[in-house]
Amino acid sequence: MLRATLKSLLARKLRLVLSGLAVLLGVMFVSGSFVLTDALGRSFDNMFSSAMAETDVLVTARPAIDVSELEGESVPGMLAAADRDAVAAVPGVAEVVGVVQADGARVIGTDGKVVASFGPPRFGANWTGETGGLELREGRGPTAADEIAINVTLAELSKLKVGDRVGVLTTKPKQLFTLVGVFGYEGGLPGQGPVHEVRFTEPVAQELMLGAPGAYTSLDVTAAPGTDPAALRDAIKSRLGDRYVVQTGQEAAAAIAGDFKTILSLFNNILLGFAGVALFVGTFLILNTFSIIVAQRTRELALSRALGASRRQVIGSVLVEALAIGLLASVLGLAAGVGVGALLAKFAADFSSIVLASIGVPLAAVISAFAVGIGVTVVAALLPALRASRVPPVAALQEVATPDRPLTRLTVSGAVIGALGAGAIAFGLATSGDAVMWLLLGGVLATFIGVSLLSPVLARPVVSVLGRLFSWSVPGRLGRLNSGRNPRRTAITAAALMVGVALITGVNTTISSADRSLRGDAETGFQADLIISGQESPGVLPTFDEALLPRMRAVPGIGTVTAEYNDQALINEEPSWAAAVTDLPAVVRDLSLVTVAGSLAQPGPGEVVVDDQNATEAGLTVGSTVTVKLPKGEPASYRISGVYQRVPFYGGFIFGTDVVPGMRFPQPSFAYVRLADGADAAAARTGLEALLVDSPEMLVEDKQQYLDRELGEGAQLLLMIQILLGLAIVIAVLGVINTLALSVLERTRELGLLRAIGLSRAATMRMITVEAVVITLFGVLLGVAVGVGLGAAVVQGLADEGLKTLAVPWNAIGLYLAAGVALGVLAAILPAIRASRINVLTAIAHE
Amino acid sequence: MTTAAPPLIRQRVETSAARASQVWKVYGTGEAQVVALRGVDVELERGRFTAIMGPSGSGKSTLMHCLAGLDSVSRGQVFVGDTEVTGLNDAGLTRLRREKIGFIFQQFNLLPTLTAQENILLPLAIAGRKPDQEWFRTVIDTVGLGDRLGHRPNQLSGGQQQRVACARALVSRPEVVFADEPTGNLDSRSGAEVLGFLRRSVTEYGQTIVMVTHDAVAASYADRVIFLADGQIVAELTGPTPERVLDTLKSLDRPAQLGTEL
Repeated sequence: MLRATLKSLLARKLRLVLSGLAVLLGVMFVSGSFVLTDALGRSFDNMFSSAMAETDVLVTARPAIDVSELEGESVPGMLAAADRDAVAAVPGVAEVVGVVQADGARVIGTDGKVVASFGPPRFGANWTGETGGLELREGRGPTAADEIAINVTLAELSKLKVGDRVGVLTTKPKQLFTLVGVFGYEGGLPGQGPVHEVRFTEPVAQELMLGAPGAYTSLDVTAAPGTDPAALRDAIKSRLGDRYVVQTGQEAAAAIAGDFKTILSLFNNILLGFAGVALFVGTFLILNTFSIIVAQRTRELALSRALGASRRQVIGSVLVEALAIGLLASVLGLAAGVGVGALLAKFAADFSSIVLASIGVPLAAVISAFAVGIGVTVVAALLPALRASRVPPVAALQEVATPDRPLTRLTVSGAVIGALGAGAIAFGLATSGDAVMWLLLGGVLATFIGVSLLSPVLARPVVSVLGRLFSWSVPGRLGRLNSGRNPRRTAITAAALMVGVALITGVNTTISSADRSLRGDAETGFQADLIISGQESPGVLPTFDEALLPRMRAVPGIGTVTAEYNDQALINEEPSWAAAVTDLPAVVRDLSLVTVAGSLAQPGPGEVVVDDQNATEAGLTVGSTVTVKLPKGEPASYRISGVYQRVPFYGGFIFGTDVVPGMRFPQPSFAYVRLADGADAAAARTGLEALLVDSPEMLVEDKQQYLDRELGEGAQLLLMIQILLGLAIVIAVLGVINTLALSVLERTRELGLLRAIGLSRAATMRMITVEAVVITLFGVLLGVAVGVGLGAAVVQGLADEGLKTLAVPWNAIGLYLAAGVALGVLAAILPAIRASRINVLTAIAHE
Repeated sequence: MTTAAPPLIRQRVETSAARASQVWKVYGTGEAQVVALRGVDVELERGRFTAIMGPSGSGKSTLMHCLAGLDSVSRGQVFVGDTEVTGLNDAGLTRLRREKIGFIFQQFNLLPTLTAQENILLPLAIAGRKPDQEWFRTVIDTVGLGDRLGHRPNQLSGGQQQRVACARALVSRPEVVFADEPTGNLDSRSGAEVLGFLRRSVTEYGQTIVMVTHDAVAASYADRVIFLADGQIVAELTGPTPERVLDTLKSLDRPAQLGTEL
């Protein structure tokens, strides 16, 4: 008896450890996110302030176009040489250094390919000597027009050596330079953060990066000794007027760091979102554990009630236990979070070549760790605690029997909550505004809870059907029966798995529907035989030399080549993309565009065509005028000469080539190619590729290849989401292990009996495994069903955006089911071993 | 049943369903050492109903567990039919239980998820054998469960559950059925039904049954009663009546403790 008590205590400890682990993992995720973003934030603070250490006042032009506040993307504005002279004349200014720095200098490495960036800018800048912490590591700074220096980061990636001839792509087509120097920064750093840097002589930088001789992006002012930077800032401000942003070095550093922190906090919020999912799943596990513990302690609780304990005391005893687990898990989770956060911060700092600031534990991490850890545990234990308090004292005297309580109430409330959730989602997708996000979030949450409440009712039929798959053997049949035995427990265990699977399936359904819809439209609409394009990266639009166009048209087998130039623009003060084409009728033909109003002839100077959707939104009709501000040049008026019907893969303002000089990259970024009748497609393609040898970013693709590449980004997004939801799945699997371990323990005698009448060890293990697989498959099925439902809702809601077809990702769903089986087998390993080791004699012969 | 000069094994095989030879069972070591069986020699004849009795701690349950291969022996040999049980590994023991042994326990005999019929046929299903329909009918009729076959254990009374357990033990026609206090949890009427059924299966179908019990009335259903005390066989009765069993028990060392055993 003592042995059984010890065993049950030990088993309970294991269960507490498992549910504690679920909380611990969630808390770790939360506090780790805070620690990581805090450490990175301070590291970047340090980097920016050391970069600005020698700057007393910084003058920057206001951005020409603020593209997106969210991404901090903007088209830089420019200062003229006259502005520099004006600043230099301000009393108290010791020195003014004009800085040219813009994203988009792409170096061609020794392998002939453009050195890729995973996101950070690839700056092209002017050489201003060894200032601002810059240190030459090798060679010298550029002095001639065909000389450049690059930072160590770029030198390492490109494998270029001093003395090499280097091709650099800028806003102009490829030009060749001699690499004369490699530089790093104070403290042995290869660069200021992960950026790539190419330094030209000043006139070359101005020409290539800004397309404007004598222009600067900022002025770096050193104050004369004894001059207060703030006073100097005000003096310069009053001289220059409002056109420019004038900040002290410290202010500028703080401003850049602030922008950066906005991105970091967005990143943090995304991580916290996934942590939230993990914790939500963990709640199921804790709820299940406490329900089980309460059920097992029924007699004990009843006895204490019989001895005079109040209901509140019973609730208290359960909640205190939850509190203790929550507290312990929070402390350990916080510690683990600090460790993981520090490790990731170290990794990120190494990766982006910055000096990692000391790892701190931000207050937010501590508060959230305890709030989340204890909160989740106690909330999850609340229901079981209430149930415990309802145990009648007489239960102490009865045989322990846990009659199947009817599922009616559960089912009704599940249906109501689920319907409310679905309603909220539908309403959220149909409306617009700030509430949408919350409606959707609340809707999804309510749907999950509703389905979880419904799952016990579903468990019986679904489990019995699923179980038939395994019923060909005795262990399989027994396993199936066992998994159908306690529908609540099976259901809640499966529901935990459902959450992660539903989210993954929902995203996948949306992405594959978007893919299918776009592809469907594009496949019928795209009439071009070949498309020349490059993969966009932040701040850079790959282009090719427009001088190649006549030579392309001369390639044997080529019918027409229509070039398209792109850049961002402000149209009627709204950020928008502007396209310029060499031959609109050819584009109309190649993309099967349909005229809605006016004419789709090539727009003349001062003319523009627009799609119907933009026209409606902006209230434009043929003949109305719009004000267009391009990154370079002054605002100008354009008259709408035609309106075309928007297609999902093409829309926006289309100009003639008169706007090209105002663009930052005044070169074609697209070309639609038609082959001549009976042309040799492969030969024509090879001919085009040969011409594009100096533009390694540009690809010549047929329709299919182009679509595959463009739509491939969805797959990457999906992969990311799957990785981040992995933790939620891990916690759900912990739940399955928990449930199985419990089943094994509860059925010790039954297992002993089975062994006594001839069930072998292997068969015992198979029986447990079948039970596990039935549970995980049930969870995956629920998840897939809910996920497809969510995906369908999103697709329905985005029908206006061109999502016409619902594409259920059957292959992926098959994969998820297979993964469900694998997870079940995995979760069963330990409980199955335990079950097979049960001693027949102790299980059966002794009470 | 000890013999000074053991005859050929072959001869024994023909007559005994199970046999223990110089079996010792020792628990623990040193100070805490407990000797449960001290060189027990016993032979259980085929087609007979044997009861094992004795006071608490006499080793009667241990003896049955050792005979059934549920527990290992410290020294000596155990045979079931012509198979030596001692020295079998888990797979061997599993096969032995499948093919040669049936069990009836005091309680918790049935799987709650299966119907009575499924419970009865479970050993055959596990062994992958087809039930002999005629024999199955016979067993069912004998235990009188014909109308209860589709019920689950929680819909049956204790006596009915135990009759299902008996049917399960018999349906595979094992070499020997071991019953551990099969009536311990039943009222006297249900107990009598179960015992009557066991008796009939021996008399009419030649089944071998070994039963551990502390109940003199239960023991009187047996052909032969073996009495254990302090790990040794101390007495034996053939053709027992409750009175003779009680008399024998009284003559044993610690009769006062009998009632406390559960």
